[in-house]
Amino acid sequence: MPEGNADIIRLSGAEKHFGAVRALGGVDFHVGPGECVGLVGHNGAGKSTLMHMVAGTLTPDSGRIGVHGDIEDNYSVSRAQQLGIRCVFQELSLCPNLSVAENTRINHASLRGFGWRRKAAELIAAKLDEIFPGHSISASDIVGDLSIGRRQMVEVARAFTVTQDRLDLVILDEPTSSLDAHTAGQLLAFVRRFVAGGKSCILISHVLGEVLRNADRIVVMRDGKVVVADAASAFDRDRLVTAMGGAEARQKAAAQVAAAKPEASPLRVRARPAAQKDGNELVARAGEIIGLAGLAGHGQTDLLLAIFAAASRARAGIEVTAPVALVAGDRQSDGIFPQWSIAQNIGIRSLARLRNGLLISPQREAELAEFWQKKIGIRTPDMNNNIFSLSGGNQQKALFARALGSDAQIVLMDDPMRGVDIGTKLEVYDLVREEARNGRTFLWYTTETEELDNCDHIYVFKNGRIVANLRRDELTEEKIIQSSFGDAA
Amino acid sequence: MRPEMTAASVDTGLKTSSERGALARARLLRGLLPALSLALVLIAIAWLNPRAISYFGFSLMLNLAIPIALATIAQMFVIAGNELDLSIGTFVGFVGCVTATWLKDAPLIGVAILLGSIGVYALLGALIHLRNLPSIVVTLGMSFVWQGLAILVLPKPGGKAPDWLLAIMAFKPPFVPFPIIAALLIGLIVHFGLMRTSYGVILRGSGGNPAALGRAGWSLLKTKIVLFSLAGLFGVLSGMALIGITTSADANIGNGYTLLAIAGVILGGGEFVGGRVSPIGAVLGALTLALAASPLLTFMHIPPDWQVAANGAILIIVLAARVLISRRER
Repeated sequence: MPEGNADIIRLSGAEKHFGAVRALGGVDFHVGPGECVGLVGHNGAGKSTLMHMVAGTLTPDSGRIGVHGDIEDNYSVSRAQQLGIRCVFQELSLCPNLSVAENTRINHASLRGFGWRRKAAELIAAKLDEIFPGHSISASDIVGDLSIGRRQMVEVARAFTVTQDRLDLVILDEPTSSLDAHTAGQLLAFVRRFVAGGKSCILISHVLGEVLRNADRIVVMRDGKVVVADAASAFDRDRLVTAMGGAEARQKAAAQVAAAKPEASPLRVRARPAAQKDGNELVARAGEIIGLAGLAGHGQTDLLLAIFAAASRARAGIEVTAPVALVAGDRQSDGIFPQWSIAQNIGIRSLARLRNGLLISPQREAELAEFWQKKIGIRTPDMNNNIFSLSGGNQQKALFARALGSDAQIVLMDDPMRGVDIGTKLEVYDLVREEARNGRTFLWYTTETEELDNCDHIYVFKNGRIVANLRRDELTEEKIIQSSFGDAA
Repeated sequence: MRPEMTAASVDTGLKTSSERGALARARLLRGLLPALSLALVLIAIAWLNPRAISYFGFSLMLNLAIPIALATIAQMFVIAGNELDLSIGTFVGFVGCVTATWLKDAPLIGVAILLGSIGVYALLGALIHLRNLPSIVVTLGMSFVWQGLAILVLPKPGGKAPDWLLAIMAFKPPFVPFPIIAALLIGLIVHFGLMRTSYGVILRGSGGNPAALGRAGWSLLKTKIVLFSLAGLFGVLSGMALIGITTSADANIGNGYTLLAIAGVILGGGEFVGGRVSPIGAVLGALTLALAASPLLTFMHIPPDWQVAANGAILIIVLAARVLISRRER
């Protein structure tokens, strides 16, 4: 038998077209036992399509799929499940109306009959304990009540539960996008243990450091093709970025950012978190980019929402002097109007300007959309297409266009780059800096420390309070971690 | 910062135990709301007319509660799959007409017709799924079909319920009135089937996140067919129970049930989308509506001409209270 015998999965010459768009153009891809394969590439490079094929949710137009050395002609989700291949999809695939245990049952046909609830609860609780010690999630919690980070933990843990079917390969598509540094570390450590036990993983992440540190082999995709595949040790950050064909490697934006803004520029926001006991407060002036850092969910989003609310109705402790726009982090639930076109999604924040008499002028709406399509590079043949025709990164761009195209002088960003590819990120960073130079103020909550490099001022949050206030030149990852975990109040 | 702002959950982050406690309390409150509204109506009745709170009083007041509860459960199955059935009322009427005619005169044919009508419901589920049609449109159309068939079967009011059915519905157990026992049984059986069994999870999941269910290898066609068949089954039971009480039929007898059933599901804690339904809540909702519909208003000396409007007002108040409570949950 050829070498393929040892592979868990091998795709050869896989092709896929969606209408006129070629998503995959003849890809060869394989995963052997006991390895963690990192898969990187821009949004729209074909990673998700490839993974859908591995998981059996899409069938290739042409090409062959072999699993455990046998050619699979009728490959499907249930077949993949039987053969021990699971996938944690990027968009959460839990049922929000069901409990954690009931969601586990959905993935295990064998969990039935008398006592299935108890079995399901024990199964998922044990796996959560193993991957995320100290997780404080109960199997009887309704998923809809959990934060997005906890949902992701449940989803990941569920993929690793085993009943009657074997488990050889787990695909993790952006598994850490909603996790904070601590839980992300727990997950990646578990992945290493899993791989050390002879099983395999495919790790897709836009956090390149994560891939470099945890993958054994890295596959780089661009425009529906595999461009490089090599041992992880043969890559460094720059080589990866170059291979992805992204914009040139990130230059330290510091110098540019620090182009000292006069302290005298007008005040835009002055806000004190509700839980703040001392005199610390957040101050943002025109033309500043303010970072909100700290572990996920320690009051950053609360403060952004409070500022957003204060813009339309005065509230104690918060002063806002200009119109505000918010770029949501959870774009599926808080950002996008799913039934609407891209142009409509962009125009909604600017309806007053798009009005012609009592009606919205389609022409002005189209102009606005077209302007931002060019400026921010939204990749679509037609801005009148439904917003879901865009890839995730491009959807997020549309949300940026909505905020930046409006009259808002203050833009609140609630970790908007979650799960967005590096190319898009770099483009948006540039745009944010450019807009800041033109006098706009940005309040930017982010869970990725690198993004803070773009900020003039960083406020670190802990338990709903500001615990540190760092200037750009004082910023180091250690300082943030120190303040986030420190006892200081 | 306003207090509700701090209680509101932040989706992106960890939740403190107190926040989760607040969520659990809000959920409990919503779970109790159907029981609370029922208690409220009962207290009002007891206050207006203490003699109504008796074995005989309940038997009378809850006379029509069983068919309403069954129709509400039928609607609940459809809503659990993110659909809506606008034909359940006329379907109940059609079943009533068949029960009062064929089922009495030629039981075999009657049974075949009723089974066939459940099959039609199953086909509707398949059609809605396969052609991706809006259920509101399909069932609105079907409501006229059932109505027409009912008139064909029974052009003018009449017919007679089969004796065995009359006997069942006239059953008088000791101590507890039959409608209460029947409602309890219906609620518990459906609760077990939908909320506790492993396939019930799949049925509810098909309303919560159909895409996820499909990815896990379940057939959404099958879940939709099962949900619609169950709706058909409970619609048939509702129609038969109704005729068992009224003893004869009329083609328009069930027309009011469509909206009553929808209101009962929502009153009982269900939501139109997202697979969030509660069988016990739905039964309680149906009982509340049955009591509020006429006994309460009669005791309040509201003239019959105004009862329908007053009924609507009660619906608006109770449903608004429900919405307010669910909003706190978010």
